[in-house]
Amino acid sequence: MIIGEQKPLKEIISNLEGHETILVAGCRSCVAICLAGGEKEVGIMAESLRLHSDINDLGWEIAETTVERQCESEWVLELAPLVEEADCVLSMACGVGAQTVQALFPDTRVIPGLNTSNMGAPEEQGMWSEKCGGCGDCVLHLTGGICPIARCAKSLLNGPCGGSQDGMCEIDPDTPCAWDEIFQSLKRLGRLDLMEEVIPPKSWIPSRNGGPRKIVKESAVLTEEEKHTKEGLD
Amino acid sequence: MTGRIVGFCCSYCGYASADLAGRQGLEYSPDVMIVKLPCSGRIDVLHILRAFRQGADAVFVAGCLEGNCNFANGNYEARKRVNEAKGILESLGIDPRRLEMFNVASNQGWRFPRIVEEMVSRVEELGPSPLGENG
Repeated sequence: MIIGEQKPLKEIISNLEGHETILVAGCRSCVAICLAGGEKEVGIMAESLRLHSDINDLGWEIAETTVERQCESEWVLELAPLVEEADCVLSMACGVGAQTVQALFPDTRVIPGLNTSNMGAPEEQGMWSEKCGGCGDCVLHLTGGICPIARCAKSLLNGPCGGSQDGMCEIDPDTPCAWDEIFQSLKRLGRLDLMEEVIPPKSWIPSRNGGPRKIVKESAVLTEEEKHTKEGLD
Repeated sequence: MTGRIVGFCCSYCGYASADLAGRQGLEYSPDVMIVKLPCSGRIDVLHILRAFRQGADAVFVAGCLEGNCNFANGNYEARKRVNEAKGILESLGIDPRRLEMFNVASNQGWRFPRIVEEMVSRVEELGPSPLGENG
């Protein structure tokens, strides 16, 4: 899932300057799970903005809504009647959601309410950790199911480095050393032989070095004719 | 009348303490409006913000003593939410001292008037809510 956290309220208020009719739009997917932009957080954000408006006599009109997934146009299009009434959308989704709203409603300004951080998982209640670097060339089969790209501070492909101390990383005594975890995992799996395997320099082309990425699954792509039929235009 | 104070009280201790104060004939400011909650853990940041938006000069949450919550940890959850709401109030320029969490036992009737007194004195010190007439 995508992990994000709310921007400071003061920053959001400052970014909303000049707008009066604001739609606070949340997302029920990843950012709801990381307690940053789901229905509950949207309610609190909307009420905070109303309070700010009342205190300063700004006359802001704040509407609130939460869609199932703000990264998919099918759900975002449901926002149309509300966006029409607003002069700006405060997106409480990840950056992908905010961009989807902006793409579908190009005449209305979209302001991000969150800082999108990483691809991770809940560690425990109220705590989320980065798990995947999205490098586009997965090596988890060689590393005991632990991603060295995201979880090693140096993204080492052949670790650990000298900064590994008692299973922890030198950057922070609370950060586990990914390569220590990889060693322990491979040991449990009886595959310590994989520690001997030297992973060659990685191609970063499938990662960000190749520019913005696009994945196409030919079998799922619709031809122009199929699109016509699907949309019931024929 | 000093101001408008909203007290969110859990039914097991906060509200019971107010009830006992009444039965003991103890006096406290009539400025407090009590909202009974099944447990202080029911409090939501949204409830607190809405109370302020509707013109409250101060808000408090009264839950059971720590370790004594009838639902194990509702009062700990309440305290966390009160702290979260304090942060939001501060960002909005509202003094966070206008909001407080108290832990009280059901047999401490004497404490409820003191809680109200504490909030009344804070409102006297801080003045009316910055919402003024807009609230």
